[in-house]
Amino acid sequence: MQTQQWRKAIRIGLLTGVVVLLTCMVGMVETFNARDLIVGVLTLGQVLLFAPALYAGYLATGNDATRKPVSALLRGIVTGLCVALPVIGLIVVATVWPDIRKYFVNISPALLKILTFDQGAVTGSLMLAAVMAGMAALGALLHVIPLRFRRPLIISLAVTFGFSLFSDIPLNIANQFLERTVVRNYFGTKGITPIAAIIVFTLSLVVALYWEFSGREARVHRQATITPAQRSRNRTIVTVISAVVLLLLPWIIGQYISNVVDQVLTFALMALGLNIVVGFAGLLDLGYVAFFAIGAYVTALMTSSGNLGMGQSFWVAVPVAVAASTLAGIILGVPVLRLRGDYLAIVTLGFGEIIRVLVVSDLLKPYIGGAQGITQVERPSIFGYDIISPQAFYYLLLAGVLLALYISSRLRDGRAGRRWMALREDEDVAEAMGIHLVNSKLMAFAIGAALAGLAGAIFASRIASVFPNSFNLLISINVLAIIIVGGLGSLPGVILGAFVLVGLPELLREFEEYRLLMYGVLLIVMMLVRPEGLWPSAVRRRELHAEGEIAEHEGIQPEPVQPLM
Amino acid sequence: MTLSQRLKETDWIDVILWLFRAVIIILIVVGIVRKLFFGAGVAYSTKDWLDFITSGLSQGGLYALIALGYTMVYGVLFMINFAHGEFFMSGAMTSAILVGATLDSTGFLDSQPLISIILLIFVSVLTSMVVALLTERIAYRPLRRAPRLVPLITAIGASFFWQNLFRGFFGSAVKPYPVPESLEGRVNIMGFDFLKVRIVVLIASIIALIALYLFVQKTRTGKAIRAVAEDKDVATLMGIDVDRTIAITFAVGAFMAGIAAVLWGMTFKQVNFTMGFVPGIKAFTAAVLGGIGSIPGAALGGFFLGLIEAVGPPLILEGLNLPGVHQLKDVIAFTLLVLVLIFRPQGILGEKMAEKKA
Repeated sequence: MQTQQWRKAIRIGLLTGVVVLLTCMVGMVETFNARDLIVGVLTLGQVLLFAPALYAGYLATGNDATRKPVSALLRGIVTGLCVALPVIGLIVVATVWPDIRKYFVNISPALLKILTFDQGAVTGSLMLAAVMAGMAALGALLHVIPLRFRRPLIISLAVTFGFSLFSDIPLNIANQFLERTVVRNYFGTKGITPIAAIIVFTLSLVVALYWEFSGREARVHRQATITPAQRSRNRTIVTVISAVVLLLLPWIIGQYISNVVDQVLTFALMALGLNIVVGFAGLLDLGYVAFFAIGAYVTALMTSSGNLGMGQSFWVAVPVAVAASTLAGIILGVPVLRLRGDYLAIVTLGFGEIIRVLVVSDLLKPYIGGAQGITQVERPSIFGYDIISPQAFYYLLLAGVLLALYISSRLRDGRAGRRWMALREDEDVAEAMGIHLVNSKLMAFAIGAALAGLAGAIFASRIASVFPNSFNLLISINVLAIIIVGGLGSLPGVILGAFVLVGLPELLREFEEYRLLMYGVLLIVMMLVRPEGLWPSAVRRRELHAEGEIAEHEGIQPEPVQPLM
Repeated sequence: MTLSQRLKETDWIDVILWLFRAVIIILIVVGIVRKLFFGAGVAYSTKDWLDFITSGLSQGGLYALIALGYTMVYGVLFMINFAHGEFFMSGAMTSAILVGATLDSTGFLDSQPLISIILLIFVSVLTSMVVALLTERIAYRPLRRAPRLVPLITAIGASFFWQNLFRGFFGSAVKPYPVPESLEGRVNIMGFDFLKVRIVVLIASIIALIALYLFVQKTRTGKAIRAVAEDKDVATLMGIDVDRTIAITFAVGAFMAGIAAVLWGMTFKQVNFTMGFVPGIKAFTAAVLGGIGSIPGAALGGFFLGLIEAVGPPLILEGLNLPGVHQLKDVIAFTLLVLVLIFRPQGILGEKMAEKKA
């Protein structure tokens, strides 16, 4: 028992250490170190470097910490030392052999400076080990704090971290309403000032403590005994408030953030379409960007005032664009829909690539502009008011997303949704029940394509130009990641996923380079730890949790899912 | 059966598919006829055609080597290992940057080409195998009983992870791949000039393919792999460690990808972190073409794809008077993939898998 605990501490420590080593070697620590969280106190790079040690210490010690705090503390220290070990190895190698930079481009003197606190290799390594051990010991000691205090503490730390990480949002809002000189007291060029950090931390701690001690049980009880009349009244209030917030949002957050939100909504619209194909009907489509491209190109061709365009208005172009991508969905769907899941994925991937190669080729250049794309796409106007600013496009996109949400929810709850659910579960059984497989699949494909076409149409006029590079495979993967992270088949999940996967990286410019790396990690971790997504649909959650029971019924021992660590 | 009955029983989908098939065949025939008999497009000499064919075949050998990884993993797990292209990329990049650059700058590469190449292959294969085993252990093994789409999604995730990890390690610039001087230029065989690299790559890939075939057919480990592919539960009863065998299958596939990586580097003389994607998809095409799950099938499919890709644009597309045909090389490969999956999912040598539930 004793040795097992120590072994666990060492294993977790070393694994975490390797992860930290990798983040150093790909250059994340150095890049993120340029990003202040709390001006002059803490950078994002430091969090990236030391937070894993804290977490490892927390993981390595269990709840027995309250009984044996000294043992827990010692184990935490050992864990921290193990975390530091691979990184110290890196410091040693890079000091003895500076040429390593020729091979691994990101092991730079600047990185070494960060790792050794600019104190030279020997002192620096010792300091690093000490700090890591301290962080891990803190993590271990978190168990000692009673849960009622631990929870508010963790929440308020997280809130402060989030606030400083996304300081652009409050900064932009503050800039709209307050004097510059006042704002400067609380926000640096990046990150927040220590005063602001203390204020945010204290406020959130007070609120969380109040929440914790003001009768948790009573609240839960009240929630359970709520009458239907009260519930419907509450719902009306929530709807009205959220409608007002949605309508006023772009004017609160300002132009810059509105642009980010526009981007998020474009992806959300696409993701809602793909959600019908993948989430509802269970057809993995990796060439989804093709329909987005078709919508964008049709709109561009019809409305551009350049020599390739026809100079029509946006409102004429949108139905044509949507119709064209729907048609494309059907045409591409007919031959491939008889294929089984993973083959379908590869074939649609192939289709997407064919379209991309064709668009940039000389073959179609006279018609759609080749690599130069199409420029001077017309902006839409409504009642004589031109939609040009990000704020104006916000309303257009919001209307699109709401429409897509409405269509999706109606389809999900109707006959079509049930057909899709049936064929997602088992095609043979669904067919035996009298469901026409190809027709049902085609319908999902066509509607998904239509929504992507709509997103493409709005995208083309928002950017005012289309280039083939905007339509690569990464868009398909991005959209797929959104619906998986959000929760397959779950409508609020899709929106949440779009905000997390598109909005956050847009706000954190430093992330741009590592965005795909994180997507990769996120897809794997999501599937291992939480396959139902962040905000799962009720059906999906039930399915995933029923699986073990079914396996037991069939006499198969379900293989226990191995934890990551 | 009367005609009206027949018509009633024919699905409209089938009709469309038949039309589609007819159009494709007509296009191919028209292209070839116009090229060969009416001299459409650029006129090529015999030497040009021979170059197309040899480069196609040696390219095909590379596809075949990569395709083996897809086919063997599919054979044992019935899953498409989307990350296989990254195993290939990791080997190519690591061998080029950690070993190749040094060999080149010290002149060892030109004085001892054989030892250098062996060294490059050793590093490449080692990296590919480590990457493959890690991927299998972390992203696939815990999910073996999950629904089918789940491992495919982790595979996509793994693919992006490795790509960007290596980009982080080695930078995003295109790096040169070292080629020994003795492999540059042309060689004269039986009165015809061939590019040396192409011939060496072709021979090397054929040797590797034969070695793999013998490994799977003649050794105990190979027998275990075949047993696991046949039936995992029975294999367990026979005392085979299934998890270990699956890991070995991944390692063997990555071994072949590692060899292909070095040969690929020497052919195209450059490496980049995105280099795994397109060869990966094409090798998958080759595997499907030959019949996924079948090792000779993957080899056959690889050579066939390489040949079509090299000869197709000048022969068929130029015959159709399309501009810029060599840009359309990838379209040929992907179209072939789509066509095979639609019309002959079992491939040339394989069993019918694509429509069945495995």
